[in-house]
Amino acid sequence: MNKKDLEQYDNFKFSQENNILIESILKKYPSNQSASAVMPLLDLAMRQCNGWIPESAMKEVGKIIDVPYIKVYEVATFYSMFNLKPIGKYFIQFCTTTPCWLKGSDNLLEYCKKYLNIDINETTKDGNFTLKEVECLGACVNAPMVQINDDYYEDLNKESLIKLLENLKSGNKVKIGPQLKERKGSESVKLIGKNKNAK
Amino acid sequence: MLNEKDKIFKNIYGFSGAGLKVAKSLGDWDDTKTIMLKGKDWILDEVKKSGLRGRGGAGFPTGLKWSFMPQKLSNKPHYVVINADESEPGTCKDREILRNEPFKLIEGILYASIAMQAHTAYIYIRGEFYNEYNALQRAIDECYENNLLGKNILNTDWDLDVFVHRGAGAYICGEESALLESLEGKKGQPRLKPPFPANVGLYGCPTTVSNVETVSVVPEILKRGSSWFSNLGKENNTGTKLFCISGHVNSPCTVEEEMGISVKELINKHANGVRGGWENLKAIIPGGSSTPLLPSSLCNDLDMDFDSLKAVNSGLGTAGVIVMDKSTDLIKAITRLSRFYNHESCGQCTPCREGTGWILKMMRKLSIGDARVDDIDKLGDICSQVENHTICALGDAAAWPVQGLIRHFRDEIEKKIQDNLLRKSAE
Repeated sequence: MNKKDLEQYDNFKFSQENNILIESILKKYPSNQSASAVMPLLDLAMRQCNGWIPESAMKEVGKIIDVPYIKVYEVATFYSMFNLKPIGKYFIQFCTTTPCWLKGSDNLLEYCKKYLNIDINETTKDGNFTLKEVECLGACVNAPMVQINDDYYEDLNKESLIKLLENLKSGNKVKIGPQLKERKGSESVKLIGKNKNAK
Repeated sequence: MLNEKDKIFKNIYGFSGAGLKVAKSLGDWDDTKTIMLKGKDWILDEVKKSGLRGRGGAGFPTGLKWSFMPQKLSNKPHYVVINADESEPGTCKDREILRNEPFKLIEGILYASIAMQAHTAYIYIRGEFYNEYNALQRAIDECYENNLLGKNILNTDWDLDVFVHRGAGAYICGEESALLESLEGKKGQPRLKPPFPANVGLYGCPTTVSNVETVSVVPEILKRGSSWFSNLGKENNTGTKLFCISGHVNSPCTVEEEMGISVKELINKHANGVRGGWENLKAIIPGGSSTPLLPSSLCNDLDMDFDSLKAVNSGLGTAGVIVMDKSTDLIKAITRLSRFYNHESCGQCTPCREGTGWILKMMRKLSIGDARVDDIDKLGDICSQVENHTICALGDAAAWPVQGLIRHFRDEIEKKIQDNLLRKSAE
């Protein structure tokens, strides 16, 4: 991201639509406990800023809920989902914890790095993809899996992962969830021979 | 094997569709008003008699936990908080309830709110579950539209608001007091207990935190009767349970089964067996990453319930069964878990903050054999110094998988060290 693009984040203000959402978020908590809204508001700010939270947004959140900036910063740095640096259009979070690892997530991640020509925590030159290695995403019976932006893509292998990335890049419609035709969710399906990727 | 008629979660895969209408056609919200009018004591009593134990991992009797709330109302409101921060590696059962059976959870919250005299409930859902959050919120909205939530529910004069709060990627927030801190807008760091949440919880008010699955089975218990539930499973380990079978099986899946089902039957019937056959099994982690692994020799005649697994020095935990076949490098598998706990330690207590790092370093050395045999004892020593020396159970959870590995597969660790020595001397 160039300097000019970054400057627009120097004076963060919530959009009109988001201000309406903030009102309804604040109603969830007792009126003297608006600090509870720090996480939902940071999330909202992150969505407005294409996936990351600039410092000015943290200050703005603090003002709205009457919490010192440093406390907002403390929360923003504690939770791994808050990105404090710009990311690509598609934010790939690669699960490699043991249940996914057993199903070959390490090989798949290496393959993905090569395909995108980036390392972990890097963004592709065209700004399309950012790659991050994350801890268990809680879809272990559909391993290996990745999260891209808000959606899970499960039961992956090399072919389906590359197909997915190519489709995202070209703006084609993609199937969320299991990438195996025969699977809808977490039900038992014979996978023999289907998961070539497994170690 | 569990009879079809005794299944609680009939739409766990979402095959019947979504929405209140579908849920009602499958029996959700039947007799709700009658049950509500039976009142607090009756609900508490039925839950107690059912023998239901918490499904979040610890297995504490639910009815007893709920009865810890102050019996006399003060000027402080009571809160029901639902722990939907499912993050234990190997566990993905609550996800299915949240996205496919959200009405069971909401109905359960309604009865829990009466049992604990709370008019506000928060569901703390892990941040990554975005689509699950949407499904849950849609279900809640539909309940408000149909007078199943809000003011004067079904003309019973009972008010209840349910709010969903999204987390943001911290495993530690699955610990109940860290969850409450997080819900209050702070870093998720566990609180010292006492005071316990039932006295001083959310915003300093009486609060009870319950797991999604625990609360979701309550409506069925109240409708079919506590004895129906307590007749399923085994004594002190009653009812049905959602099991997640992941790893080296032919058909990984999440499935509802009777408590106390043998692990062999569970894997063979629902997951189509271990990859390469039962003889190819090396070890299982029976209840999510923090429960110590068990070698195949212990799995031939092993029941999946709290007490049976405790008897073999492990635990049922969340019932997320991670299956590992003979091709698995167990030391690497556990090292990956050590990395998980090191990453997720909140940094509050020194033994955990530092200890998880030391454990990881030692495990990394052992996983390539670059160590001495007495390093294994040193590692065991570190684990015992972390275990039980921290505010919450994350320290224990970091120690247990490593202790399990040393207990059952010490020879494998030693062999790796010897092989490495031989390789080095050959060079």
